[in-house]
Amino acid sequence: MKMPEPDAATIARRGEIAADLRGILPAGSVIADEPRRRVYESDGLTAYRQPPLVVALPGNTAEVSAVLRYCHREGIKIVPRGAGTSLSGGALPLADGITLGLGKLNRILDIDYANRCVVAQAGVTNLAITKAVEGEGFYYAPDPSSQIACTIGGNVAENSGGVHCLKYGLTTNNVLGVEVVLMDGEVVRLGGKHFDAGGYDLLGVLTGSEGLLGVVTEVTVRILPRPTQVKAMMIGFPSSEQAGDCVAAVIAAGIIPAGMEMMDRPAIHAAEAFVHAGYPLDVEALLIVELDGPEVEIDDLVTRIDRIAATCGAATCQISRTDAERLAFWAGRKAAFPAVGRISPDYYCMDGTIPRGRLPEVLHRMKDLSAKYDLKVANVFHAGDGNLHPLILYDANKPGELHRAESFGNDILLACVEVGGVLTGEHGVGVEKRDLMPAMFTDTDLDHQMRLKCAFDPGQLLNPGKVFPQLRRCAELGRMHIHGGAMPFPDLPRF
Amino acid sequence: MAVLQPTDMAGLAEAIASARDSLEIVGHGSKRRLGRPVQAAATLSTAGLTGISLYEPAELVLGAGAGTPLAEIEAALAAQGQQLAFEPPDYGALLGATGPQTLGGVIACNLSGPRRIQAGAARDHLLGFRAVSGRGEIFKSGGRVVKNVTGYDLSKLMAGSYGTLAVLAEATVKVLPRPETACTVMVHGVDAVAAIEVMRSALASPHDVSGAAWLPGRIGNFGSDAFVALRLEGTEPSVAFRAAALRESLKATNVASGEASTTLWKFVRDAAAFAGDHDRIVWRMSVPPAAAAAVAGLPDAEYFLDWSGGLVWLAVPATQAAESAKLLRHLTARHGGHATLVRAPDDVRASLDVFEPLPPALATLSQRVKHSFDPRGILNPGRMYREF
Ligand SMILES: Cc1cc2nc3c(=O)[nH]c(=O)nc-3n(C[C@H](O)[C@H](O)[C@H](O)COP(=O)(O)OP(=O)(O)OC[C@H]3O[C@@H](n4cnc5c(N)ncnc54)[C@H](O)[C@@H]3O)c2cc1C
Repeated sequence: MKMPEPDAATIARRGEIAADLRGILPAGSVIADEPRRRVYESDGLTAYRQPPLVVALPGNTAEVSAVLRYCHREGIKIVPRGAGTSLSGGALPLADGITLGLGKLNRILDIDYANRCVVAQAGVTNLAITKAVEGEGFYYAPDPSSQIACTIGGNVAENSGGVHCLKYGLTTNNVLGVEVVLMDGEVVRLGGKHFDAGGYDLLGVLTGSEGLLGVVTEVTVRILPRPTQVKAMMIGFPSSEQAGDCVAAVIAAGIIPAGMEMMDRPAIHAAEAFVHAGYPLDVEALLIVELDGPEVEIDDLVTRIDRIAATCGAATCQISRTDAERLAFWAGRKAAFPAVGRISPDYYCMDGTIPRGRLPEVLHRMKDLSAKYDLKVANVFHAGDGNLHPLILYDANKPGELHRAESFGNDILLACVEVGGVLTGEHGVGVEKRDLMPAMFTDTDLDHQMRLKCAFDPGQLLNPGKVFPQLRRCAELGRMHIHGGAMPFPDLPRF
Repeated sequence: MAVLQPTDMAGLAEAIASARDSLEIVGHGSKRRLGRPVQAAATLSTAGLTGISLYEPAELVLGAGAGTPLAEIEAALAAQGQQLAFEPPDYGALLGATGPQTLGGVIACNLSGPRRIQAGAARDHLLGFRAVSGRGEIFKSGGRVVKNVTGYDLSKLMAGSYGTLAVLAEATVKVLPRPETACTVMVHGVDAVAAIEVMRSALASPHDVSGAAWLPGRIGNFGSDAFVALRLEGTEPSVAFRAAALRESLKATNVASGEASTTLWKFVRDAAAFAGDHDRIVWRMSVPPAAAAAVAGLPDAEYFLDWSGGLVWLAVPATQAAESAKLLRHLTARHGGHATLVRAPDDVRASLDVFEPLPPALATLSQRVKHSFDPRGILNPGRMYREF
């Protein structure tokens, strides 16, 4: 992976920059020594490593603003970082850039039940929000599997999802407002405790912008009342085609479950060996369907889904009788990544989305690719919304395996795009999928996106080298090809 | 005035690329009176970009030309037991406009109905689009799947940009099953302050309320008593159970179902209470729900609440346009949210800020965003803000 050529002059100024930052931030907020910088060298995508120039750890919005203003003035690159759980290298440091750790912004500022929202600083973890309101019967719906660690600011930056997003939406559908610091240090508020933007929906584009448009310092999220009841069904199928048919049939019947997840045989076996959830081992695919609502509704839907599953050839079907049992069904799914980590020295987690109906075809292609690259793959799948997480098993210590795993992964993602899907469903483009962007977008498409980046950050100092395969100067991007040579109505104000 | 009506994407791109002067963007013009009046040299209509190009009910996705009449899309969805869950309103009667709404228009204005509180806004249902920017270039963003974080989410930016950044040519939207049944639990005899508490308590319950409105007495044909209406949707057994539970906990006075329930929510959705009365101007305010009563308390104003208080509809005498703008913006500054002047004569909408004025830093940023898509400033100039 090629990163933009680091600027040697900036690297040479490390000591001076660290001293400047110490002048801006309270004691103990700047890290410049090599062993402690190394702690930040990668995020959840550990294949890529690069210690940052310096680490700055601001404690509030004013300090974030001061650091950005300084970087803006001095032309120094900066990479925001939450908990560093990104799986796409979004928080990968730059040799000539400051890593801005937001972990100290860890306070919940306001719990507002009358308006059903919580205001939290960016470094608060996803789970901490639910923990703060569960006593009153509320929760925050998007629940990435990394929720004990990942920050709400990181969730906004990645537009993260979770198993309950099928019914309750992604981060973007659950965020009401943010406070964000722009690259020049300006602090702005987008949204608030109300719905929808009064002007352009800048909150909407900021969400999922992978730290390229601004640094989020505060987030206002919607909270929801806990459903009366929750039950899960665990349904085994002799083939993944049948499981896929069942997912489609449930949705065609007008049922949107709270979650609908699928695992293939290798994933089932790895998970069962790890958590002993009681998964059936003689099936090719396992569906976990969660239903929430009043008991009468759940019981009715369970009956209907049970019937649909039988029509689709289900081999086994269990319905959770207690909450403990329901959590046991989930335990294997939620621990799928570490479970796979136990059976292979390394694994590489992919994140494409496909139209649900193309699942059998994509799984077949994966089987062929697995043979071609001679690497095993286990699949967990947000089946309800078509988001695939193939886990490619490899051993980084064997020469060439990492490279093969990456090629395998790229081929899977290209297959996703080919059937009408996308490169990434929730983990972000980061550095990982950056060079695949042209598979989905034309140069014109990408130029429109990069010009938006220029509107926010004309000097391209904020997290450069991520998302876009080619860095182009804003002045060049802004150029217009004028028809017939003349600019129309020259007296109109231009900004 | 010249009207350009391209019938395909290339024609649309050509029309914009070769434009020598500003363009007013319309579908069939049903929302021309929404936003500031546009002074443009020519009109560019999307009415020729029609047709449903993709509809896969099992995938919950539909794609269509931006000029496709909404009614055609809703009919196609209804035939498969599905719907646009954001419940697009029809402000035709409110604005005194004729002409069918188009899909592109509803999205460009980010218009959503009462189900906004549960299912999200138009912006939450736009999965992807193809458009032509003010540069005359065809570009796309998003796709046809719900889970997608590949590149910036320009769908959000397009929704609610009133055709000032790019002209939508095709939109792909998420569709959802139509609920099997619905009913409305009503609590009569509550003023706005009490209503906000009733709605708060209903939305804090696990009963999945998909509409929460308050109507004062003598508005529409709903009797002389003010009331709160709470909509429940879903399967038969579930709705019956939840209606009974809410009825009990809120000491509800009535439960409406079938046609009566449908009519009521259409009335709320379309702000029909204020239709046809052109002596009054109409404001639509999105505010923190708990602040609704404080925000709505204008002298001489008539108002009702949707979105559990989060949406305040106000009608004030046209003679008080400027004062009401000042007062309401004072209130949004204090309580949060924004006020939009939805209906007023052209000259009033030209002289007042129709959309909530932006703080300076955001105004600058928004101008830069506008400039990045439409550097010549030719698409709907002045539609949202006087300056761009
Ligand atoms: C075991 C495991 C399971 C996971 N499961 C899921 C899952 O189910 N669903 C899912 O969607 N993701 C999942 N992820 C991915 C990851 O947890 C999410 O992307 C998460 O939102 C990242 O949050 P973070 O705080 O760790 O951000 P980081 O990794 O620190 O940063 C991620 C990106 O956001 C930017 N950023 C961080 N904070 C800010 C801020 N305050 N302002 C601006 N930009 C910022 C960074 O620059 C970077 O580009 C998983 C990861 C792991 C390791």
